[in-house]
Amino acid sequence: MKAIITVNAKDTVGIIAFVSTYLSEHNVNILDISQTILQDSFVMIMLVDCAKGDIPFDALREGLISLGEARNVTIRVQREDIFNAMHNI
Amino acid sequence: MKLINTKNVLQTIEMIESQHLDIRTITMGISLLDCIDPDVERCCEKVYEKITHLAAHLVKTGEDIEHEYGIPVVNKRISVTPISLIGGSFDKDGYIRLAQTLDKAAKAVGVNFLGGYTALVQKGMTKGDRAFLESIPEALASTERVCCSVNLGSTKAGIDMDAVRKMGNIIKKTAELTKADRGLGCAKLVVFANAVEDNPFMAGAFHGVGEAECVINVGVSGPGVVANALKFCKGEPFDVVAETIKKTAFRITRIGQLVAKEASRRLGAEFGIVDLSLAPTPARGDSVAEILELMGLERCGTHGTTAALALLNDAVKKGGVMASSHVGGLSGAFIPVSEDAGMIASAEAGCLQIDKLEAMTCVCSVGLDMIAVPGDTPESTLSAIIADECAIGMINNKTTAVRIIPVCGAKVGDRAEFGGLLGSAPVMAVHPESAEEFISRGGRIPAPIHSLRN
Repeated sequence: MKAIITVNAKDTVGIIAFVSTYLSEHNVNILDISQTILQDSFVMIMLVDCAKGDIPFDALREGLISLGEARNVTIRVQREDIFNAMHNI
Repeated sequence: MKLINTKNVLQTIEMIESQHLDIRTITMGISLLDCIDPDVERCCEKVYEKITHLAAHLVKTGEDIEHEYGIPVVNKRISVTPISLIGGSFDKDGYIRLAQTLDKAAKAVGVNFLGGYTALVQKGMTKGDRAFLESIPEALASTERVCCSVNLGSTKAGIDMDAVRKMGNIIKKTAELTKADRGLGCAKLVVFANAVEDNPFMAGAFHGVGEAECVINVGVSGPGVVANALKFCKGEPFDVVAETIKKTAFRITRIGQLVAKEASRRLGAEFGIVDLSLAPTPARGDSVAEILELMGLERCGTHGTTAALALLNDAVKKGGVMASSHVGGLSGAFIPVSEDAGMIASAEAGCLQIDKLEAMTCVCSVGLDMIAVPGDTPESTLSAIIADECAIGMINNKTTAVRIIPVCGAKVGDRAEFGGLLGSAPVMAVHPESAEEFISRGGRIPAPIHSLRN
């Protein structure tokens, strides 16, 4: 299963590092990363493949969200299908 | 090759987080035809068993989908076979027992509403139907989550004016029995002409007899998303407005289709339909009235409102229909006054009145919805309002409905608070001139002719 992870933060230092470290610890493969600036907030979007992950999707999602909260950044983890459904025919 | 389309990802997230895009309801339709039993207690037992078995995982599945896809699934609900058919041999008390059983089952599985306390009397009433109608006020007053609907007319059958007359009385009684809650019972009671069998929205949801054993119907919502898209169309001609709404409706409906398929697969139920309705909530920026005002009206309810709503309703359907494999339910824009911040403001300013709302129901998906009127409104006036709506539905071959709340002790200009998604309704004026003699005639208004259309 593929998922889109989005991270909103004011500061960029170390964000990719802590998210990718967490993902690699759980054997989640990063397929693509994109970054952009949105209303002076930094937004990072990751496409990941959770198929070989060592924890269930829900646990992965909750883990990332609480990791984000600890660093005062907003992290969302959503199945990729919702974006495909909305924008591709 | 780039795998992430940043613009698409951010647009979807913005729609959900800033523009109130959500799945308004996942409604499980359950057939209760195999629960029919001449013994009230045995019937109740079978009904309770069946609902709690089939819907055991409904709420959990809705929550799982919400978490995994990151889209709010606001309501998880159940609709059942019209109860007047299930308790055909019961008396009034038997039906009330059934209503209480439905309430208990709804609470046991954790859904916030269960629809299908319903009778279909568009052409006439059986003995069971009469007992059922008599049970409605007490059934609604003694339950919390049961929703009731009655179909009073259809294009094929005409209008059952005996039942229309009875409903005026039933609505008044329900308001009186629930007056401590500002007549909340009436917010759970809707009358229809041309009721649909696969509607996932309350209070009018029921599981039609032509439906399968267990079905998932999904209602999406997104007035805020449409309103936001129209902010970029200022001054453009209507062709551009219609195209913009169509594209937006397509995107919204695709999410509904995805969720409906996923929910039905996980619950082992058939995928029924996606209902393309634009359902407002009292939240700021989630208003159908705001969409109409963005088209250039100073206030929703002024001249031009009917035309604006007609365009909106049609464009929503055109955009949504290609996005889903099965479209059904009510599919269009809802105009519940108490649930729409823009409608409330317009009604309070004296611009939006019942007569204009009635005109709007000719072109939108349902009818006079969540309208509070003074508590001393005569029964015959309520019946006459219902008769007007049924006539619009019957002649125009569309679904129309009335959900009206006579608020005991309230007068025009007061506001009745219902709380939550039901919002708060400004008490609106009705015409003081009597329709008593008209309503007391009874009988049936014959079905219309459908050649010579003008």
